[in-house]
Amino acid sequence: MGIIKSKNLVFEYIRRDEEGNVEAINRAVNEVNIEIKQGDFVAILGHNGSGKSTLAKHMNAILQPTEGDIWIDGKDTKDIDQLWEIRKTAGMVFQNPDNQIIGTVVEEDVGFGPENIGIPTPQIWERVEKGLKAVNMLSFRKHSPNKLSGGQKQRVAIAGIVAMQPKCIVLDEPTAMLDPNGRKEVIDTITRLNKEEGVTVILITHYMEEVIGADKVYVMDQGSVVMEGTPKEIFSRVDELKQYRLDVPQVTLLAEELKESGVSLSDGILTIDELVNEICQLY
Amino acid sequence: MIRDITIGQYYPKDSVIHKLDPRTKLVGTLAYIISLFLFNNFLGYIVVTLFLVGVIKASQVPFRFIIKGLKAIIMLLMITVLFNLFLTKGTPLVEFWIFTITKEGLRISLFMAIRLIYLIIGSSMMTLTTTPNQLTDGLESLLGPLKKIKVPVHEIAMMMSIALRFIPILLEETDKIMKAQIARGADFESGNLVKKAKSLVPLLVPLFISAFRRANDLAMAMEARCYSGGEGRTKMKPLLYQVNDYRAYAIFVLYFAAIIAMEIVL
Ligand SMILES: Nc1ncnc2c1ncn2[C@@H]1O[C@H](COP(=O)(O)OP(=O)(O)O)[C@@H](O)[C@H]1O
Ligand SMILES: [Mg+2]
Repeated sequence: MGIIKSKNLVFEYIRRDEEGNVEAINRAVNEVNIEIKQGDFVAILGHNGSGKSTLAKHMNAILQPTEGDIWIDGKDTKDIDQLWEIRKTAGMVFQNPDNQIIGTVVEEDVGFGPENIGIPTPQIWERVEKGLKAVNMLSFRKHSPNKLSGGQKQRVAIAGIVAMQPKCIVLDEPTAMLDPNGRKEVIDTITRLNKEEGVTVILITHYMEEVIGADKVYVMDQGSVVMEGTPKEIFSRVDELKQYRLDVPQVTLLAEELKESGVSLSDGILTIDELVNEICQLY
Repeated sequence: MIRDITIGQYYPKDSVIHKLDPRTKLVGTLAYIISLFLFNNFLGYIVVTLFLVGVIKASQVPFRFIIKGLKAIIMLLMITVLFNLFLTKGTPLVEFWIFTITKEGLRISLFMAIRLIYLIIGSSMMTLTTTPNQLTDGLESLLGPLKKIKVPVHEIAMMMSIALRFIPILLEETDKIMKAQIARGADFESGNLVKKAKSLVPLLVPLFISAFRRANDLAMAMEARCYSGGEGRTKMKPLLYQVNDYRAYAIFVLYFAAIIAMEIVL
């Protein structure tokens, strides 16, 4: 069994009126079956409101399924006794960098998680140092988070999770509020964590460029997983992606246009290098 | 205006005072404040002044910076002085129209002003040399015994440190919203009090909505990082008394004894 596995996962937001009668039901996650292998870099794509965040919150037991099951490292999230173990296994990074930093000094914020799980003081310091090193923020350890850029804040948030030594990190649109530089910093950092430390990464995003390096991509729409496969497989289905209101990378679009006008290129070209190579081989 | 308040601000330096345990500084400040109201003779002011100057020197915080903090209390200071000056009965010194200034009034208002100034300077010495986090840690530890009577000490300390972290963020946000509303023609300056209060509504509503959203996000982020209250939590920076803290306590005891002794003898 993979590190994260869900079976017919359903979650409904239920709105009640003052007397507690059900007013509206919003099925945010609908019959989702996923399985994520330990050590993989998995991306979840989807338009706004497609249920990505709701699904992500299940991976950290912040939300419990309405129907179906989800297991994190073999532990059922409905099992209250396992709650803290699950949260130690799967760390979570959120979208807004300001709203997830608790400490008034960078290093104290990174130490917050280890403090919560009762790590002895000397080990907390080791973990904080390692965590900050892993995101290249060690030189900022004494700084106030308020003075950092968005990308740096997000890296501090990642360090805070790394310091808890989880097997997997779920990032819910960590780059949505960042400028292109910050976005690159964050993506490079999590890619490195995945490749060098072997941490399973689940990246939720709606920037297609960020999923090119992923091992596996899920596309969600209206609460359901509608596509899954390698980036190559996903991006070769341009029309389908457009139908789910996702922006296909420029290079892929260009390759698609060229193909339609008769240039023989392979499906699902993702990077400029790839396109250049293919074109060079043609002539 | 808000930026002028140095009370509660931290002034980074590596001085002896900065390195003291926050508990020492909290207890010391409390003792110092009490001591300000224990004496009533001239020599006492000299001792307090010497003590305060000594602490300021040792803290390496520039005097100018400390004085800036007094700006915030100037109104309070004036009111206190004026009331004491005109309303104290005794031997008249100056008389004009309906006002009389008495010898006693002058003396009391002068000493009151000095005490107030010393009180503010003394307590800002604590906040200037202690990070907000150390301060809440210190409070949590000092108030720890209250946990036995079910006072949520840890939670209060956590609330304080989160508030301190979010004050600058919310200030910035207020500024942003204000500019956005001004750009749309909102007017926060003119009009009478009622109109001014009304003009704050388009500022406060978005601010509150955003603050609640932040609170929601933050609670979730804390929960996701395994926060479950003070129970079973370890500390990255546990409070430990050093030799200097014992020295500081000794100095405080001596200072306190000197103040009381003077009051009894003189
Ligand atoms: N706290 C909530 N209460 C009620 N409905 C919600 C809540 N959060 C999200 N939803 C709804 O659930 C659906 C999925 O939202 P979400 O998981 O946030 O999507 P995404 O992260 O992909 O943008 C949306 O229709 C949204 O309106
Ligand atoms: Mg979302």
